[in-house]
Amino acid sequence: MSVQAPSRITPVGRITPFRAQRIWEKNYIAYRRMWKVVFSGFFEPVFYLLAVGIGVDAMVGDVTLPGGSAIPYATFVAPAMMAASAMNGAVIETTFNIFFKLKFNKVYDGILTTPMKPSDIAIGEIGWALLRGVLYSTGFIVVMFALGMTESWLAIFAIPSATLVGFAFGACGLAAATYMRSWQDFDLVTLVTMPLFLFSGTFFPLDVYPPLIQTIASVSPLYHGTELLRGFTLGIVDSTMFGHAAFLLVMGLIGAGIANRRLDGMLRK
Amino acid sequence: MAESLVEARGLTKEFGDFTAVDGIDFDIHPGEAFGFLGPNGAGKTSTMRMITTVSPITSGHMTVFGLDPTTQGRGIRQRLGVVPQEDNLDQELTVSENLYVFGRYHDMTKAEILPKVEELLEFAQLTDRADAVVEHLSGGMKRRLTIARALINNPDLVILDEPTTGLDPQARHLLWDRLYKLKRDGATLIITTHYMDEAEQLCDRLVVMDQGKIVAEGSPRELIERYAPREVVELRFQDGQQEDAVARLDGLAARSEILADRIMLYTDDADDTQEGLGSRGVDPEQVLVRRSTLEDVFLRLTGRQLID
Repeated sequence: MSVQAPSRITPVGRITPFRAQRIWEKNYIAYRRMWKVVFSGFFEPVFYLLAVGIGVDAMVGDVTLPGGSAIPYATFVAPAMMAASAMNGAVIETTFNIFFKLKFNKVYDGILTTPMKPSDIAIGEIGWALLRGVLYSTGFIVVMFALGMTESWLAIFAIPSATLVGFAFGACGLAAATYMRSWQDFDLVTLVTMPLFLFSGTFFPLDVYPPLIQTIASVSPLYHGTELLRGFTLGIVDSTMFGHAAFLLVMGLIGAGIANRRLDGMLRK
Repeated sequence: MAESLVEARGLTKEFGDFTAVDGIDFDIHPGEAFGFLGPNGAGKTSTMRMITTVSPITSGHMTVFGLDPTTQGRGIRQRLGVVPQEDNLDQELTVSENLYVFGRYHDMTKAEILPKVEELLEFAQLTDRADAVVEHLSGGMKRRLTIARALINNPDLVILDEPTTGLDPQARHLLWDRLYKLKRDGATLIITTHYMDEAEQLCDRLVVMDQGKIVAEGSPRELIERYAPREVVELRFQDGQQEDAVARLDGLAARSEILADRIMLYTDDADDTQEGLGSRGVDPEQVLVRRSTLEDVFLRLTGRQLID
């Protein structure tokens, strides 16, 4: 039997070891048309900042930090807004968007018939959520500088810190998305993120709460994120920052590990 | 005979207690169009998913391009084109972007992909819809795009899982036309279907699957010759008269099949059989004589209650 096989374009054996960036490329192409959506993600925390920071600031005045120094309320609350928006952005991107792709239009099933693997998808999607986060964080820091809410050059480090917050929540969000059965389950996501937003030292220093709530709040990942960002934007950096960063890093790695295993089990059965 | 592109021995897939594919053997050769025919739930899709390496094999042995699906999945997928049962196009992207990103998943460079995209748009007759967002396409267009997408990497083997299910006749014929073209150009195709006409038209060789097993194998013509007598006489009766007739048909045809609304007599000589009806005093309301088709084979092998 003699059959002329079609000539190959891709040489067999040309396999790139790391290909999560292909997912970024796909998302970039898709988001070029949705730039308004991307843009809105920047304005949300800025609106919060203007409303709560500047509005409430006028009535509350200064906040006294544990160290004894007093700072304007807006300066206190701004890094918390940045941390919360890093959380929300990552959670929305990895739960709503991924759930839809996973359950409804089955995009990933198609992708996995190519040399791509589930881990490429997991890393790619978490990484994409982070890239968006970096964009928003940078914009936010610029606004803070412009409004005089930070004067420390250390505030630059708030950007990678917010990325770390995004990683921790994005990885866990992706893991959670693999367990979701219907859109109703998304109420549970809000049930988790809402109290985190309210009780993670966002609006008041943690020491105004009773000891029990302080203890509970201290295991909130957003509390660690907020403390990390606040340290950098206030220019008050100490060794506890390592602890906060480590907490978020471990949380993200656990989430990513679970997400990777679950995706593999769901897509390759 | 050329070396097999796909070789399976005792291939088995279990989901918990349920055995979807039950120890099947088959060989697929380069350049042929090979069909998996069977009712829903026969194990066709599970078999396709194992060949595609997205479903781990429970037991048995299989090679694709001589490679092991368990350890060399990427190497196999690089040379495959897969058209799944359900379209899973990226709804956020346009027609040409869907083709483009698939090329990227296959590690092709932009310079390699762009001319290929033009060629495939032409092939799928979607050139004027290149910039349309996928969700606005008709079912037939989506299907053609899914097939075009599967060809972006010039695959050595194209797997089509029920390629025309759910399409209207025009869209089906257009699609068949495209698949003929692929075949003429030397591609190896694996097609699953439960449409007999599709299998008859497209497949050089096929297996019939039922409840996870292969129950017959051959070319469409061979299967018809082997499992179905040459002709079929279909009888329809007025209400209530069918049962009365059944008793008088005994021994008239090589095989007969009694359905709710009609009786089918499988015979080598339809004229002879029709004469027999008259002499036995059977008076159907309607008589239809036709040649046996793959559908008759299919029903015989997988199907309904039969009376030999």
